[in-house]
Amino acid sequence: MTLKTRIIPCLDVKDGRVVKGVQFENLRDAGDPVEQAKFYDEQGADEICFLDISASHEGRGTLYDVVSRTADVCFTPLTVGGGVRSVEDFRALLLAGADKVAINTAAVKNPDLIREAALSVGSQCVVVAIDARRIANNPPKWEIFTHGGRNPTGIDAIEFAALAEKNGAGELLVTSMDKDGTKDGYDIDLIRTITDMVDIPVVASGGVGDLDHLVEGVTKGKANAVLAASIFHFGTHTLQEARDALKQNGIEVRNLEV
Amino acid sequence: MLAIIDYGFGNIRSVHKALLEAGANDVIITHDPQIIKKADKLVLPGVGAYAQCMGGILAIDGLLEALEEKVLKAGAPFLGICVGMQLLADVGVEFETIKGLGWISGKVTKLYPRNHDLKIPQMGWNEVKPNDCKYFESAWDNETKDVYFVHSYAFRTQNAENIAASCTYGADTFAAAVQKDNIFGVQFHPEKSQKAGLKLLKAWLEND
Repeated sequence: MTLKTRIIPCLDVKDGRVVKGVQFENLRDAGDPVEQAKFYDEQGADEICFLDISASHEGRGTLYDVVSRTADVCFTPLTVGGGVRSVEDFRALLLAGADKVAINTAAVKNPDLIREAALSVGSQCVVVAIDARRIANNPPKWEIFTHGGRNPTGIDAIEFAALAEKNGAGELLVTSMDKDGTKDGYDIDLIRTITDMVDIPVVASGGVGDLDHLVEGVTKGKANAVLAASIFHFGTHTLQEARDALKQNGIEVRNLEV
Repeated sequence: MLAIIDYGFGNIRSVHKALLEAGANDVIITHDPQIIKKADKLVLPGVGAYAQCMGGILAIDGLLEALEEKVLKAGAPFLGICVGMQLLADVGVEFETIKGLGWISGKVTKLYPRNHDLKIPQMGWNEVKPNDCKYFESAWDNETKDVYFVHSYAFRTQNAENIAASCTYGADTFAAAVQKDNIFGVQFHPEKSQKAGLKLLKAWLEND
């Protein structure tokens, strides 16, 4: 008996619609995040992640509706991130049906918010999303960037990961902003440096272009979960293919109940 | 009528939807002791810290008494989920020792996987091995299944016969489910465990 490595498809949601959605004929409305989440749920996603990239207040409001409609039909854990600024935002998203909430910019600005959220809703619901860029190679160093990777902060990513854990984060979602969108694979050094340091689970994110990248995230990066977006969205690979690839490399994955 | 106890510390919505999906009808979400006294079955979800959850129950006037009357005296079927299961113990040992409901002897202590690669909380899908329990027999034919866990603590029952199913995380083998008479509790989240979880909820609904 052992804990299985999680495979997590991530959906970018803007104004209540999926950005870069799954192109499958059997979806009635390919732009509806709920339809897409249900599709991944049926494929046996171990968790589903929504990342809200709405800029406007109105767009933000639609997220709650998307989350609650998803929770109505998907009986699998749901993480929601993007634009979370306060403990009230945590509560509202959890109440809508999210199981975990990811916080990024607001936590970088005010790390005490991690502690406040953990005390209020429990550490297990608090995911700290770390978006980092490599700023040196020998030895490697990474800096935290916010606002979707646009704004440098001068904060060391590894030090911030340690602070997030100390303040009560239940999980870290680590994204390499250098790799994100490149399909070149995760920044393994970044993932490994953080997983070796912390005692909480780490989700690897950013850069997956093929199944080997998912495998490397676990075998080399020692990630507890691997997240990917486009390889699943564009139908390059199914979740079952991802599970098979991990399994062939000696990584334990979930046995689906049929 | 099935009552889901809403005391401020549960993922009520998910539990509610999953119970409906598993075939429950006439489900009410409440913390009103008078309504709870009229319920046929009770579900106690729970997410967060032990002290906060127990404090949440005690903060509602008459709730503890209503639960004890229904579960311990009237023998109403009871299901505790995650911290709602851990509260069944005598005590929870987190930052301090907190008195629990004390309906099943034992205490709740930290997981000890003893391997740095195995993180705390245990988060994700792990295997659950049933151990002489009618719900698992009905739901899974007593087979081992993967279900979703999120927890840093586990229920150490005083009596082995109260362990309805077990799970192993590194060096730690712990109670994935506990049972005693009409009381049933699961450490994992059946409401988040897709088909395996829904089947178990269905079995609980139908076997009492």
